[in-house]
Amino acid sequence: MTNFDLAVVGGGPAGMAAALKAHEEGVQKIVVLERAETLGGILEQCIHTGFGLHYFGEELSGPEYAGRFIKLLEETDIVVKTDTMVIDIADDNTVTAVSKADGLLKIQAKAVVLAMGCRERPRGALSISGTRGSGIMTAGTAQKYVNIDGYMPGHEVVILGSGDIGLIMARRMTLEGAKVKMVCELMPYSGGLTRNIVQCLEDFDIPLKLSTTVVATHGKERLEGVTIAKVDDRLQPIPGTEEYVPCDTLMLSVGLIPENELSKNSGLELDRITNGPKVDEYRETEHSGVFACGNVLQVHDLVDYVTEESQIAGLGAAKFIKGEKVSGDCVYTNGVSGVRYIVPQRINRETDADVKLYFRVGAVYRDASIVVEANGETILSKKKKKLCPGEMEYVLIKKDVIANLPKDSVITVRVEA
Amino acid sequence: MEKRELVCVACPLGCGITVSIDDNGFVSEVTGNTCKRGDTYARNEVTAPARSLTTTVRVDGGKAYVVPVKSAGPIPKGMMFQCMKEINKASIKAPVKIGDVVIKDILGTGVDIVATNNAE
Repeated sequence: MTNFDLAVVGGGPAGMAAALKAHEEGVQKIVVLERAETLGGILEQCIHTGFGLHYFGEELSGPEYAGRFIKLLEETDIVVKTDTMVIDIADDNTVTAVSKADGLLKIQAKAVVLAMGCRERPRGALSISGTRGSGIMTAGTAQKYVNIDGYMPGHEVVILGSGDIGLIMARRMTLEGAKVKMVCELMPYSGGLTRNIVQCLEDFDIPLKLSTTVVATHGKERLEGVTIAKVDDRLQPIPGTEEYVPCDTLMLSVGLIPENELSKNSGLELDRITNGPKVDEYRETEHSGVFACGNVLQVHDLVDYVTEESQIAGLGAAKFIKGEKVSGDCVYTNGVSGVRYIVPQRINRETDADVKLYFRVGAVYRDASIVVEANGETILSKKKKKLCPGEMEYVLIKKDVIANLPKDSVITVRVEA
Repeated sequence: MEKRELVCVACPLGCGITVSIDDNGFVSEVTGNTCKRGDTYARNEVTAPARSLTTTVRVDGGKAYVVPVKSAGPIPKGMMFQCMKEINKASIKAPVKIGDVVIKDILGTGVDIVATNNAE
């Protein structure tokens, strides 16, 4: 058994930012446990630019963004263990991990930060009929093939799902000489950032087919084509609208799922919408001393926000380790009419700082207002030119406002169209 | 006078921008942007559209197969595929460091292609 003040599970942008923040706050013994060979997480394969505009004020590629944090980590005495897989987190915050170099590792930590990230929804999660020939993969897998392993997984591509990874891969495959025939999106709007629709699809005349899905795949050994169909208001395929599209590759960009097996095994209850643990304003879960941040908590669209959130968790963990963290009566948050979820789910009434409530809306709104209410009163109302599900929003709540709310009261956030 | 509606791609915010172009083809007004970069983007987009290019280049004699690269600045939108051809012909010897120049002044654009990751 090795003793650490803080154990961070995951060495992507979330884990690195949390570890660095805790270190900056004076936490002495920190270990970062990373499953892959290198730090950086998914950023290593996100070679496109657009990272860091908020946090660094410049536009970086994924590896460059990660590289800055890796460099900062190397300058500290934070212990980094790569090729190390955490398999259990016990109630007393004992972390069990395995690695080739160390064998079985037992780490007793005062606090733990969960930063395991998320993974892509696979084909099995969709009901597409057809054979299981090669050529069907998630967009992230294709991204790894092209950007890390250096080869092309196909020539004629159909992409299902217009999330950012799907859009980015449409451009990437096109630049490398593949023909991207179309991007199909089940919903009547794209889940990706507007700028990605412009510079990844419109720039290359790739059609975006909204309210359209793939209903069947064809081909035995290798994919030969897909059948697409329009869907109705209830997202069901409309008979008679089927169309056969020849292709050798189908890429799926159909959502991300926080990777919470460890959290679930340790008995943490997950939020039904975010699929991440429920947390307070410092991202402390319902287990004392266990914090969560980054995509394991809620799927983010910008890594800059992951960094910001992870620094909150790192600060919270540092306060916890030093015995300075407030933990007492809480107020709760709830998203209603149009607001799908809010992070954090609870706030300590005596919290020592103003709190940002992060949320996503469930549909596209124009010229709408975000209204925050509690205890029968409107706390704030903010006009927004545009709200869409693909872009995370936040409202800032003053700590004095929170302190004046009765115990267990609920802060609601809603959209007023 | 002509008005063009654009979505700014300068950053992930994606502001909606309206560019007014006078009868002589000059930009007379830019509205809707929320920062200076948006103004610059909009003016360039209607006169000489340009984009950053990111891709990979082959690594010789290293552990990695490829290393990611980017254009150090925007290149003309119409030259993307020509630049890709050049980059796909090139290779770089390991070890590679972030910022290493892989191709200097690609196709006379004045823009360098630089590595965006380390490779052993």
